[in-house]
Amino acid sequence: MTSGQRRLSAVATAALVVSLAAACGGDAKPSSDGSTTAANPSAAGGEGGAQLSGEIKIDGSSTVAPLTQAASELFSEEQPQVKVPVGTSGTGGGFERFCAGETDISNASRAIKDEEKAACDAKGIKFTELTVAVDALTVVVSKENTWATCLTTDQLKKMWEPAAEGKVKTWKDVDAKFPAEELKLYGPGTDSGTFDYFTDEINGEEGASRKDYSPSENDNDIVTGVAGAKGGLGYFGFTYFEENAAKLKALEIDSGEGCVAPSVESAQGGKYTPLARSLFIYPSTTAVKRPEVAAFLDFYAGNINAIAKDAKFIPLNPEQEAKLKTDITSLKSAG
Amino acid sequence: MSAQHRTTAPGTSGSLARSRPRYGESVIKVVLLAAAMVSVATTVGIVIALLEPTIEFFAAVSLGEFFGSTNWGPLFNPPSFGVWPLLVATLEITLIAVVVAVPLGLAAAIYLSEYASARTRKIFKPVLEVLAGIPTVVFGFFALTFVTPLLRDVFPFLNLDGKNALAAGLLVGVMIIPIVASLSEDAMAAVPNGLREGSYALGASKMLTSVRVVVPAAFSGIVAAIILAVSRAAGETMIVAIAGGFKSVFTLYPGDEMATMAAFIAQAGSGDASVGSIAYKTIFAVGSLLFVITFTMNYFSARMVQKYREVYD
Repeated sequence: MTSGQRRLSAVATAALVVSLAAACGGDAKPSSDGSTTAANPSAAGGEGGAQLSGEIKIDGSSTVAPLTQAASELFSEEQPQVKVPVGTSGTGGGFERFCAGETDISNASRAIKDEEKAACDAKGIKFTELTVAVDALTVVVSKENTWATCLTTDQLKKMWEPAAEGKVKTWKDVDAKFPAEELKLYGPGTDSGTFDYFTDEINGEEGASRKDYSPSENDNDIVTGVAGAKGGLGYFGFTYFEENAAKLKALEIDSGEGCVAPSVESAQGGKYTPLARSLFIYPSTTAVKRPEVAAFLDFYAGNINAIAKDAKFIPLNPEQEAKLKTDITSLKSAG
Repeated sequence: MSAQHRTTAPGTSGSLARSRPRYGESVIKVVLLAAAMVSVATTVGIVIALLEPTIEFFAAVSLGEFFGSTNWGPLFNPPSFGVWPLLVATLEITLIAVVVAVPLGLAAAIYLSEYASARTRKIFKPVLEVLAGIPTVVFGFFALTFVTPLLRDVFPFLNLDGKNALAAGLLVGVMIIPIVASLSEDAMAAVPNGLREGSYALGASKMLTSVRVVVPAAFSGIVAAIILAVSRAAGETMIVAIAGGFKSVFTLYPGDEMATMAAFIAQAGSGDASVGSIAYKTIFAVGSLLFVITFTMNYFSARMVQKYREVYD
């Protein structure tokens, strides 16, 4: 080893130490730093037990992806040799690949459909449905909005359906009782799973929406937009509303059984319909037999609420959490 | 004339002929050629990469729908492909930028070239060029978080959206001022002093000399500078993505939020449109259109320079 090489390796070691220190020092925020630890498997070995390796292929809903992605990143700090790529083909696209045997776990923002089950049966693929989090889309308006406290799903549809484009321009157009204040709409862009879910539930078809609203993948834009316009209205995940509750007012939603305000309890208890929903993962029974998949699911269930918080989802209530853990245990023993 | 030198110089005159082949020389030649080829190859590569998905796009979507409709929403359900909202937004923001940059840039160039002392010029020109080095993301946030709120306070009757073409266009204009100013100043500085002196000898004032003699004499260079600046403005992405927004609705009012072609490409390209889907191909179709527009402008810029070039040697 020449002195030049020695100096180089010293620099590399120092860099590794620094990056590890940085990874450990942070507030358990999952980051792309995961790759630096992969170069040094022995470093992380102390905390985890056996070092596993392999690849767990996951695909499916882009709404659930941030949750599984957060689990994957946190997991890679314990098991750097296991690669957990998370695809976002959408719930339907994910099941297509899952039932063709291409993936080990499928993320889903709805329960599996009968025809998808049939496709899995045809290939002999068995699976278990696990509820991993709850999501509650919150419809927000400006604090200056004094006229609306509750909207029916029909009124929401009147605002957001494709036919409303260029026609429904004021609150009065939505309901004659509202003032003729200009309706300024803000929402997530078409890439967002939130957009898919909202359009599906409210307008009846995924991706069907009026186009003349201000779209942004950045929820902050929606916050500033709605907060700054008296007649503004927007929607995003509940945890994001909680962070900005001082600037915005959340509307109650009436889907025919009275007005329900979005909250952790109403979402967990299934009362906040139709904008609250359970989010699922579907591991295949064959994949669970592999030690790295079993370890990943254990990690997922064991840290579910930390993961949910990290990915800005509503966590499970204690019952749901206990159910998830027993489900995984029985799933493993079944395999 | 330098070309003549090059072809006749090597070899022929006996004693000066090389005694042994210089391999180092040919290696250098190859390296330099490769360096020159990189930019050519990149351009060709971009055209090729754009072409295939664009052709596939137009196999699925008719030219009539693309250019004949004002309804744009390729990522919505059902998708629509009328490119006019993007085109209008791009032209509008470019126009605002030009209205800002051409008078300011030209005035700065005239000052630097005709009025400023050598010392002032030495200080001012590098400072002006520093403006060209400011990352566009900075301009974008400046437009979004400073210029738009300011405009809303001062001109509440404009009813500006939080993101709007006006603020984005103004800042794109500021961004291209250095291009206009610096290149125009170069062109004016190249005008021989004899012309100015002739003008003074006829009793013309400094202003008259600048505007009636120097500017026309440097016209081709100035036009080239402006067209280059326009091309940069039309393709500018970061400022319009941050301050102009992504709403793609056909509107002419600059106070509205509107997505330009570049903003759409940035938005859709960083999203989850799956490779091979029609939404994915749309990105390339819009990219091709943008490429054709800037390429055409650059071509006319080159033609203009040739046509109006005044040679004083």
